[in-house]
Amino acid sequence: MSSENKKEILYHSVRLNEDSCKGCTTCMRYCPTQAIRVQNGKAKIIKEKCIDCGECLRRCPYRAKKVAIDAFDSLSLFKHNVALVAPAFCGQFSKTTDIDVILTGLKKIGFDDVFEVALGAEVITQKTKELLKGGNLPKPVISSACPAVVRLIAVRFPSLKDSIIPLTSPMEASAQMARKKAMEKTGLKSEDIGIFFISPCTAKVTAVKQPLALAKSEVDGVLAVKDVYMRLAQAITSVKDVEKLSYAGREGINWARSGGEAKALGIKNYIAVDGIHNVIRLLEEVEDEKIKNIDFIEALACNSGCTGGPLNVENEFVANSRLRNMAEGIDSPAAECGDLSLLWDKKVEYEPFSPLDKDMGEALKKMQQMEEIYQRLPQLDCGSCGSPSCRDFAEDIVRGKAQERDCIFRLREKIEMLAKEITELGKMIEE
Amino acid sequence: MADTMKLHYTVDADDFTVAGEASGAVKKVLKQLGFSSDIIRKVAVAMYECEINMVIHADGGVIDVEITPEKIRMIHSDKGPGIKDIEKAMQEGFSTADEKVRELGFGAGMGLPNMKRYTDEMNITTKIGEGTVVDMTVYVK
Repeated sequence: MSSENKKEILYHSVRLNEDSCKGCTTCMRYCPTQAIRVQNGKAKIIKEKCIDCGECLRRCPYRAKKVAIDAFDSLSLFKHNVALVAPAFCGQFSKTTDIDVILTGLKKIGFDDVFEVALGAEVITQKTKELLKGGNLPKPVISSACPAVVRLIAVRFPSLKDSIIPLTSPMEASAQMARKKAMEKTGLKSEDIGIFFISPCTAKVTAVKQPLALAKSEVDGVLAVKDVYMRLAQAITSVKDVEKLSYAGREGINWARSGGEAKALGIKNYIAVDGIHNVIRLLEEVEDEKIKNIDFIEALACNSGCTGGPLNVENEFVANSRLRNMAEGIDSPAAECGDLSLLWDKKVEYEPFSPLDKDMGEALKKMQQMEEIYQRLPQLDCGSCGSPSCRDFAEDIVRGKAQERDCIFRLREKIEMLAKEITELGKMIEE
Repeated sequence: MADTMKLHYTVDADDFTVAGEASGAVKKVLKQLGFSSDIIRKVAVAMYECEINMVIHADGGVIDVEITPEKIRMIHSDKGPGIKDIEKAMQEGFSTADEKVRELGFGAGMGLPNMKRYTDEMNITTKIGEGTVVDMTVYVK
């Protein structure tokens, strides 16, 4: 497939609402992969660089960044629908810490059934333990649970793509389990059952619409936590006849918080890193082989873990405190993985942003031009030109995407020079 | 020659927090140029090991990097104490680093062996009391 074709089909859940965008450069400055430029007063996302982490959604003061997500009405497209409920979702409600109340409430607002993603997490924990015991994994091996991190590695850390554990996510594992259960219960065909994930983040939306390591996602639709929250927050205050619907154990629920996945493995030498900028800093060191004697790395794009997802409602620290207390009171045994297919269908490929030039000699020339341009720039990384840093700006110029006069400091120098020339010319005329 | 890119870095002494800055910068340049991940890893690891050595043993120094489509050459020059016995220094696990450095997790005696392993050519010129030049090349095959 040519890179041109690839560009067209590259799916992203993070979108810009042009009308709300004021071109303020906030999103551009916080974007961890330098995927945003501001041109003609509007933010623009470079598709090849974007990893759908949702950092821009979180940061935009004008709420101009949106998530492309399914509408609640899409539940009616299926004869039977099931809500996939992530543990992070259960930490959103100040009115209750009883998971059964939350799950029963979901059945009141339009879902036919519910299934806990924590059960999928437990299955992945079990499988990870097996693979670690097998001893054939690279050291350190990186968790595949956070799709923003997997995509980050695909676009920016080529040498680490084979260090990702080739396992599907808890969301996919639980979708398989939920579908099987629903088919047995209702006698319906697979295509009549709609599995809906209630997502705390933008990256999982992309992981469903365009999975990196699977041929097709088991999830049929994705709803945002904040959208479902609106309907459920009221409903849970009046739930009567609470059904026993929760079966997940403590370890599965703890996956919502940073460190939960790694701790469940029962190993000593692990790292749990959260926050996309921290993840990048750590992966740089893994790439340089500076991280020694570590077997497993849990890496989550959002601060504090999935509770820090940009589509959540509750403050992540509050949600984590609540979840911690909820998990402590639970004693259910961990789920068994049975005959689920938990391995990747295909490998994650390196998808680099196009190099400066196809020809290495030309690329080197352009790189030197870049360096020369950079030396002329103020090196303040002010962002006024519409590129996130002076280095990125120099690169954009060489790539023909920007012009040096877009730099207000360079423009001011030019105007000063012109003014001087005009004054001198004026003097010559007077003489 | 137009298609040689030259980069120059200064490595400060006794500052572990800055060691890795030069190799990090070179890694970024190589990624932008489109070198394969294998080549980038070799260069990054070899350079980082050498940078750390300059910090630990040699009061810092300078690094000159030359990039062409065919090869990446890294010349690390310092005015440190020099290496007494190169053959011994090349043995895995041999280190002259003091306790203070070892406590920081360095000085495992893998520096020079790793540099050799990750590069295609490595030449060390050293003079006791004057300094050391480590000249490494990774070829793009």
